[in-house]
Amino acid sequence: MSLRSPLGRIKGLGIAHEGVGHWWVHRLGSLALVPLTIWFVASLVSLAGADYFAMREWMGSPVVAGLLIMLIVAMFHHASMSLGVVIEDYVHNEAAKIASLIAVKAATVVLSLIGVLSVLSVLFGR
Amino acid sequence: MVQFNLPKNSRVTEGKTHEAPDGAIKLRNIKVYRWNPDDEDNPRVDTYQVDLDTCGPMVLDALIKIKDEIDPTLTFRRSCREGVCGSCAMNIDGNNTLACTKFIDDVKGDIKIYPLPHMAVVKDLVPDMTQAYAQYTSIEPWLKTTTPAPERERLQSQDDRAKLDGLWECILCFSCSTSCPSYWWNGERFLGPAILLQTYRWISDSRDEAAGERLDALEDPFRMFRCHTIMNCTQTCPKSLNPAKAIGELKKLLVSRTV
Repeated sequence: MSLRSPLGRIKGLGIAHEGVGHWWVHRLGSLALVPLTIWFVASLVSLAGADYFAMREWMGSPVVAGLLIMLIVAMFHHASMSLGVVIEDYVHNEAAKIASLIAVKAATVVLSLIGVLSVLSVLFGR
Repeated sequence: MVQFNLPKNSRVTEGKTHEAPDGAIKLRNIKVYRWNPDDEDNPRVDTYQVDLDTCGPMVLDALIKIKDEIDPTLTFRRSCREGVCGSCAMNIDGNNTLACTKFIDDVKGDIKIYPLPHMAVVKDLVPDMTQAYAQYTSIEPWLKTTTPAPERERLQSQDDRAKLDGLWECILCFSCSTSCPSYWWNGERFLGPAILLQTYRWISDSRDEAAGERLDALEDPFRMFRCHTIMNCTQTCPKSLNPAKAIGELKKLLVSRTV
């Protein structure tokens, strides 16, 4: 029970002065993912049945490696932002919310790093 | 977590049935959510058999008939009975709308009537609007200017006046806000479509000089950006307005300040 006025409750701690950047980058990321995903799926379809060496040769091209890195970074960044929004929407326990936000951020950073380093190691022939 | 199930003392039970008097021919079952803060009972849904031959055409007519002739304890808000005051907003047949502009014949089968979703209930169909009104106050919904007042009125061109069409008609019934899942889950921090449409109404007004500070007040992850373009607001608006578009325009204005 609190006697704080309704207006005081609504104003709360005030404005965070951020949110536009997140929204804009989220939209740009989803736009970028449209051509990147189409390219990736089409490439995989055209490579259907290719053996290990053909796959390595394909990934060894700088253009393909560059596009793959862009796809991986955009995808995990987008996933991190989207899952973050879902957690902020639905998880209202403060401790659980912060913990799951950190877990999602960490998981997507680690997974995208693994992806990017894998592409680079194929590109540089390791 | 967000609470998806109602707490035990809010679970809705089957209520009483009030049968129509003998001789009534054109009968319709009206099922109404009932809850009284003065007893310990759970909410219930009462069924009223209403004779449509002696009832007006609107859902509000049926509610008034029930209150006058069958059960005077039924509680609901109403005033203008012509869709301009916004008092009789409620959930009818699964959609938020105004009881006074909703035709009984537009509903097939039993007519189910609940209060606006996810609001605290004061009694029966009357929701507690305190938070929504405080949110309205928070956006300072009046003309703000620095330029001293002219001798006569502040002038507005016809083109600029036309920019307010689709915005000024809002009657603040809150059908839109209470249909919005983002408002259900984060209503204390997200302003909701009704208030955001009002914010856009003042930003769009050529006579207002506070667009910048009004936009500043939205630069927050929750106040506006909890809108995920679900568009329930636009679908449910009984005045056929488009709050989702107003929010989209606000987002574009905010981005245009930085890009």
